[in-house]
Amino acid sequence: MCQVDEEYNGQLDHRVTPRVSKKCVKCKENTTVLIIRAGDAFCRGCFKEYFIHKFRAMLGKNRVIFPGEKVLLAVSGGPASSSMLSQVQEGLSRDAPKKLRFVPGIIYIDEGGASGQSMEERKRAVAQLESVFRATNYHYHIVHLEQVLSLPSSVLEAGSSATEKPQTGSSYKAAVDHFIPTRKNQNQHPDLSVENAQSLLSNLSMQEVQNGVTSPITHEHTQALQRLFASVRTPTAKEDLLHTLRQHLILHTARTQGYTKVMMGDSCSRLAIKLLSNISLGRGASLATDTGFSDPRHGDVVIVRPMRDYSSKEIAYYNRMFDIPSVFIPGLDSKAQDKASIQRLTESFVTKLQTDFPSTVSTIYRTSEKLHTACPPQNTNTQLSAKCLLCVCALDTKLEEFSAYQATLISEQLSQRRGPGPDQGCETGDGGCCSSAKSTVDLKSLLCYSCRLTIKDMTALDALPQYILSEAERRRSQMREEISEFLLDEEENEAIPRVNGS
Amino acid sequence: MPVLCSSCAEKRAVLKRPKTAHSLCKECFFWAFEEEVHQTIVSAQLFKHGETVGIGASGGKDSTVLAHVMKVLNERYNYGLKLLLLSVDEGITGYRDDSLETVKRNQQQYELPLKIVSYEELYGWTMDAIVKQVGLKNNCTFCGVFRRQALDRGAMMLKVDKICTGHNADDVAETVLMNVLRGDIARLRRCTAISTASEGEGVVPRCKPLKYAYEKEIVLYAYFKKLDYFSTECIYSPNAYRGHARTFLKDLEAVRPSAIMDVIHSGENLSVREGVKMPVQGTCGRCGYISSQALCKSCVLLEGLNRGLPRLGIGKHHRLHEKILSQQPLTQEEERKLKAVDF
Repeated sequence: MCQVDEEYNGQLDHRVTPRVSKKCVKCKENTTVLIIRAGDAFCRGCFKEYFIHKFRAMLGKNRVIFPGEKVLLAVSGGPASSSMLSQVQEGLSRDAPKKLRFVPGIIYIDEGGASGQSMEERKRAVAQLESVFRATNYHYHIVHLEQVLSLPSSVLEAGSSATEKPQTGSSYKAAVDHFIPTRKNQNQHPDLSVENAQSLLSNLSMQEVQNGVTSPITHEHTQALQRLFASVRTPTAKEDLLHTLRQHLILHTARTQGYTKVMMGDSCSRLAIKLLSNISLGRGASLATDTGFSDPRHGDVVIVRPMRDYSSKEIAYYNRMFDIPSVFIPGLDSKAQDKASIQRLTESFVTKLQTDFPSTVSTIYRTSEKLHTACPPQNTNTQLSAKCLLCVCALDTKLEEFSAYQATLISEQLSQRRGPGPDQGCETGDGGCCSSAKSTVDLKSLLCYSCRLTIKDMTALDALPQYILSEAERRRSQMREEISEFLLDEEENEAIPRVNGS
Repeated sequence: MPVLCSSCAEKRAVLKRPKTAHSLCKECFFWAFEEEVHQTIVSAQLFKHGETVGIGASGGKDSTVLAHVMKVLNERYNYGLKLLLLSVDEGITGYRDDSLETVKRNQQQYELPLKIVSYEELYGWTMDAIVKQVGLKNNCTFCGVFRRQALDRGAMMLKVDKICTGHNADDVAETVLMNVLRGDIARLRRCTAISTASEGEGVVPRCKPLKYAYEKEIVLYAYFKKLDYFSTECIYSPNAYRGHARTFLKDLEAVRPSAIMDVIHSGENLSVREGVKMPVQGTCGRCGYISSQALCKSCVLLEGLNRGLPRLGIGKHHRLHEKILSQQPLTQEEERKLKAVDF
C-alpha cells in the first residue's frame, strides 16, 4: 500500500470539501440555481427575496430617507447602478404596507468629452440609456461633463441642512414630522442656496431643461474640457479630478432641482477598492465619508450608498437572471494597463487577492464600518477655510504634532538650496516659472493633502473651471481681509522666499 | 551637461532622491538624510538626555544604518545617550548565523557593546525546529511573537531605558495596508505611532527613528557610505501574507513615489468610531508579560509547540486558554483540529 498512508495512518486529515446541497438552503424545497459564498445555495425565488430584502434593510436600518423626499439616483449605466434603479422601482411599486415612499429622479453624466469618445458614440450611448430611463417613468436629467465649466461657485459651499440628523429611532419620527412641514415651507420660502444658485443659473447662457436632454454643447466646450484633462500629467490625478468634477455636477443638479438626497450605486467590491485606493492617495482623514453609508459633507444634500452591502458577483447574477438592462460605457480607465493609475492598480490587486482569500472584500468592508471621520461633520458655522476647496472635507494639514506631512515638508526644504533667491529656484524645474508657482501656492493652502497632490500634477492651473478659480480667489481675499491689519506692504510679500504648501 | 546638486549647486549630482526626486551630491544627501532623522528624533521627543538606548540590530541594512546614524547624531548634536546593540538569534541556519557575524563586525566598527539573546536559551526552540513542526505557512507568527519578547527580555537584562528599531517608512506603510486587509482595527490605530506606550511592568518602550526614511534611501545611504551589512531575505519569508502588501506598495511607489508617505499620512489620520470593541491590556497568567488575553501569545504558542499541537496559537481558540491554564486535558476533537498541518 501507499507508504504515506502506512506511516501517517490516522494523522492525515482529509480536507473536508464543502458539499453543495441540491436544495435551496432557505426554503429547502426548490432546486438551487446559484451559490453565493461557500455553501449558500439559493433557488431563484429565494435569491430574489434575499436581494430585495437587503436593499430595503439597508435603507430601513439607516433611516435617512424621509417619506416624500426627492431623491436623485446617480446612474452611470453600469451593472450596480442599473441594479439600484431596478431595486428602487421594485420598492416603490410594491403594494406591501412597507412601500418605499420617496420621489425619485435619475441623473446620468455623459463623460465622453473627458474619455475621448466621439460625438456619435456619445449620442448612441445617451439614446440607449434614455430608452431605459423612459421605461421607468421617472424624471431624468442627462448632464454633459462640459457643463462643469459653467457651474456657479456656490457649488463649493456647504449648504445648511434642512433638517437635523436623526440620532436614534425615536427621534427619526420626530425628524420626519419636522421635515414635512419644512418642505411645505420650502416651496414658499426656498432655501438660500437654491435661490442663490437659481439666480445665477438665469445668468448663464445654458439652460437645463427638466426631464430631458440639456441643450446641445458646442465643440468649444468639449475642447476646453479636453484641454483641462490634457493639462493633468498622471492618470491618477485625472481620475481624481474627474471624480471631483462629477460630484460637483451631481451636487449642482440636486440643488437646482430641489433634491435633498443622492443615491450612488457603489457596490461592496467597488467600495473596498475605493477604501484602499483612498488610503494610498492620502485621504485617510475622510475615509468614513467617502466609503460610509451616508456622506453629509455638503450639508443640504446627503449622499447615500444603498448598494454597499452587495458584492459585484451578486449584482452580476441578479442582473443576468432577472434581465436588468445595463449599458457599458467606456470610461477614463477602460483598457488602461494594470499599473497606469493608483485606482486601477488597487482594483487589480484587490480582485486578485480576492481569488486567493475570498474574505478580502468583506473584511475591508467591515473595517470601513468601524471608522468615522477624524473631525465629525460640522455645520456651516465653522469657517469655510477649514474645508478643502475641491472635495469639501475637513483639512488634514495641521502642523501641530510631528507627522508624515511635516516630515515631507522638511525633506523638501533640506533637498533644495537654503536661503532666498526666487530666480535660482527656477533651475530646479519643479515649479516652473515664478508667477505660476505663486498661484500654485495660493491654491494649495486651500486644499487637503490629497487634493494638493492632484493639483501638483497639473501643468496649467488656468485650465481649471472658472468656478474653482473664483472661489479660490474669494477665500484668499477673505483670509487676507482677516489679517490685513498685520500685513505691512503688498510688495514685501513678493520677496518672501517660496515656502511649499503652507 | 552635468546636473548640479540642487542643494549646494557646486558639485555634480550623483543620485536622485527617491523621496523628492531632487538631484543631490553625496555630501548633501548624507546631510539631508541625517538631518531628517535628527528632526524626527527632536520633534517627536524620542529620547531624553542620559538615557540608555538599545538598538535592535539584525545585521540587515536598516539596523546597520540606524546604528551608524544614531552614533553620528549622538556625537554631532550631543544627545548624551548611551548606545548599545541588541541582537536576537532565532536559530535559522544559513540566514541568521551569517547576519550575526555582520552584527559582530558592526560592534567592532562602531565600538558599541553587543548582547545577543537566542530563542534556544529563552524558549528552548529554534526557528528551524519550529518550521519542522508548523510547516511553511504560519511560521512568521511564531518568529515575530517570540522576537518581541526576546528583545524585551534582552533589554531588561541590560537595564536599557528604550529600544529603537530600524523600521522604515516602507515597513510602516506595509503594516497599515496589511492591517486594513486583515481587518485588525486595534492594530490599525496603533501601528503609525512612532513610539509605543511606556507604562507597564516589564515593558520597555520602543521607537522607530527611521519611520520617515524610505527603504530605497536607506539602501543608497548604506551603499555610498560603504557600510557593512547583510542583504539576504529570510528563507522562510516568501509565503507570508505581508508579501502581498509589499508587492502592492512597491507598485504604488512605481506609479507615484510619494505614495508611501501618503499611506502613512492616511494611517495617522484614521480614527475609529466609539463603541468599537478594543482589546484591554492586562498581564499573562503564566509568565507575567503584558497581554490582552488570559495567556500571552508566546505562552500559547510555546504550549502548542511543546505539546505537539502546532495550530494552537493560530486562529481563534480563546476558550482553550482557560483550559490550558488550568492544565485540563483537551478533548479528542480539539486535539485533532490543532494537529492539522498545512504544507
